[in-house]
Amino acid sequence: MSDTSHHIVPYSTYGLILLLLLVLTGTSVAVTQIELTKWSTAVALLLAGTKSAFVLAIFMHLKFDQKIFRIMAVLIILLLASVIIITFLDYAFR
Amino acid sequence: MTSNDSENKGYKSYLEEDGGRKGIFKWILSTDHKRIALLYLYSMMVWFTVGVVLGLLMKLELIAPGQTIMGPQSYNATFTVHGVIMIFLIVIPGLPAVFGNFMLPIQIGAKDVAFPRLNLLSWYIYVLGSILVILSLFGNGPPDTGWTFYAPYSFKTGTNMLPAALGAFVLGFSSILTGLNFIVTIHRMRAPGMTWFKMPLFTWTLYGTGWIQLLATPIIGITLLMVAGDRILGIGFFDPAKGGDPLLYQHLFWIYSHPAVYIMILPAMGVISEIIPTFSKKTIFGYKAIVLSTLAIAFVGYFVWGHHMFTSGMSGTALYTFSILTFLVAIPSAIKVFNWISTMHQGSISTDIPFLWAASFIFVFLIGGLTGLVVGALATDVHLHDTAFVVAHFHFIVFGGVGFAFFGAIHYWFPKIFGRMYDKSWAKTGWIIFFVGFVTLYGPMFYLGMIGMPRRYFDYLDEFHGPNIVSTLGALVMIAGLLIILTNLIKAARHGEKTTEMNPWGGTNLEWQIPTPPPLENFDEIPVIEKATYKYD
Amino acid sequence: MSATSAHINEHRDDTASKLGMWLFIFTELMLFGGLFITYSVYRYSHSGAFHLAAQELDVTMGTINTVILLISSMTLAMSTTAIQKKDKRTTLILIGITLVLALVFLVNKYFEWSAKIGHGIWPGSPLLEELGRGDTLFFGLYFFMTGLHAVHIIVGMVILIVVFVFVWKDKLTFDNFQLLENGGLYWHLVDLIWIFLFPLFYLIT
Repeated sequence: MSDTSHHIVPYSTYGLILLLLLVLTGTSVAVTQIELTKWSTAVALLLAGTKSAFVLAIFMHLKFDQKIFRIMAVLIILLLASVIIITFLDYAFR
Repeated sequence: MTSNDSENKGYKSYLEEDGGRKGIFKWILSTDHKRIALLYLYSMMVWFTVGVVLGLLMKLELIAPGQTIMGPQSYNATFTVHGVIMIFLIVIPGLPAVFGNFMLPIQIGAKDVAFPRLNLLSWYIYVLGSILVILSLFGNGPPDTGWTFYAPYSFKTGTNMLPAALGAFVLGFSSILTGLNFIVTIHRMRAPGMTWFKMPLFTWTLYGTGWIQLLATPIIGITLLMVAGDRILGIGFFDPAKGGDPLLYQHLFWIYSHPAVYIMILPAMGVISEIIPTFSKKTIFGYKAIVLSTLAIAFVGYFVWGHHMFTSGMSGTALYTFSILTFLVAIPSAIKVFNWISTMHQGSISTDIPFLWAASFIFVFLIGGLTGLVVGALATDVHLHDTAFVVAHFHFIVFGGVGFAFFGAIHYWFPKIFGRMYDKSWAKTGWIIFFVGFVTLYGPMFYLGMIGMPRRYFDYLDEFHGPNIVSTLGALVMIAGLLIILTNLIKAARHGEKTTEMNPWGGTNLEWQIPTPPPLENFDEIPVIEKATYKYD
Repeated sequence: MSATSAHINEHRDDTASKLGMWLFIFTELMLFGGLFITYSVYRYSHSGAFHLAAQELDVTMGTINTVILLISSMTLAMSTTAIQKKDKRTTLILIGITLVLALVFLVNKYFEWSAKIGHGIWPGSPLLEELGRGDTLFFGLYFFMTGLHAVHIIVGMVILIVVFVFVWKDKLTFDNFQLLENGGLYWHLVDLIWIFLFPLFYLIT
């Protein structure tokens, strides 16, 4: 049978995470509505990154799963980031 | 050698086990990884024939300056369809889908892949993709963009580019699902004792390939969808008139298509790493180095796509970064060649036909790889870009690499797969003719490129005539060799001498320790692996 | 995705099907990754126009849809807890809520799109030609990316309907619910992508 001992996550954890995600959403809307110009995009992306980290860790159970899933997820995100950075070696220096 | 015979018939081989189905349904409904492998093999043989004929037509057109057998539009269509078929239908799926499917579960001691039904589905998707490619030939005329579908021409041309691009998209799906299946199989279904560093090298290269298939293919999928959006809806992603950047298309295209080169070559290297120790009767030299260089190639291969765009107008920073990274990829490839040669050193070599293919692989791979550095260096690439030199380089690597490894693999595993043996002397005759033809065909193109003959034209100046004649003659010789090889194999598969010898070549992997041809579930009992592979006593 | 356990193997391997699902999710991430690359390049080269074009989008509508998707993600995550507690009724209710929320999201999207089209903005529309290159690219990306995302929502709904029926018929139970878990993973991926689409299109004003 399955060799993972399933950890039953209590309902309250999910509720708490949702609350957190909603607060972060509110913050990013608020932050971008006031003109922070240069920084607003960076802040919005930072908040989006934080939100997705929570979704990955709790909703998608990465926190409770075997380590290999976490390693893979992190490596793939790094890969995509490096591809974007290398693309910008062209566009940023034209 | 007494137990080297599976004659005591206590079992039914996978070829006899038909699952209660009849006729063609024995094949197209079977989820047995071995039957699926053969389904791929047969469908690819059909496509390979078409691709070769198209290639021959191009060489015949180029036998003399001016129009010989076809006009410019037909020539453009011919090299496009030749490229699409050869790249997307043959070399990308080739080794993984045929030999990977057949051997991977056996090599790690499993009864099948992790998702057998998904595996069959992948084949159906492959067929769907190839039907789309056929459809592109009718209607407004076959696509004439080159297999790279470069924008903006790809959304402006009046020819049937859309079905071809959608075909490539669908084929990508098949490739992704195969890669996914292999990775899960390797992670979850290794037999007890089959640790990561006991895995055969062919399996290791399939693992690296699987990751590239999984992570690079979607990029071309979305890119082709964007081109379709440009064509159908007029969105303008890559249309300079609407603010789009055609160069971005090239970036996205090569973000996939460069790693795709490693989808092609990694399993080829895996095959060679299997054949060389078997026929040298010696443990592979530097097993871990080969494994690590496989992973290194798969990884660094993601970051070198820009070397296809040196003359497209990228920024200087991008130019030299991509050039340096390209030189880095050469290192792990060189490590592998070094290891193969060292394995042969002081081994007791038997020059059976699989070994001859492997040895000639190393030869053509060296030439293809070193000329890759010539076009990977900025200054020389400016001179050689889009000339016949590039065509010669990638045929040495892709056809020389994958093709030679494919023929090596089929001669190596043929008795195991079919339970029959081919005529060895005809096989050697075919090989030497093919090899001579191959070098004569593509060798002169290096020279032609250096003296400035551009590629992708149906016509050329008189001064290029001589080498072109040699090249076309080489093509004819090579095809003669190919006919001998294929006839010999097809004949052997149908009427060849039956063999039940478990281990005709004296290999050490698991596939040589099960009956010939293998039973439906490969192993009666899942084996427990104790010693490392490639050990000769 | 998980209805693919080995036909010969006597026992099923939940970790294998979960790994398969994760690998598929990585593929999807790279698929949208190609679009994110495109977005960032064009935002970099047309930042002024993107800035202005984004103001055309309705932040309230976008925020509502974000909240809807986040809640639907939570209800689906909760259903994996419910099924492990052998609470079939709650499991079904939670999956049902998720499906309703998904539908609401699509209806919202429909109104948003038709409002844009009513204003003469659609891919390749004459108005966009007038507005200029930055707007053409921004709205091209907007329709393409939210459209592809909507397709994923629809696929996710189909998966969830299958899961719903399976739970209903007791094919998925407390000790055998990998399909629910995989469906959940897919749904969270859809959520994950929206988490980035939302600020990139609605909030960069």
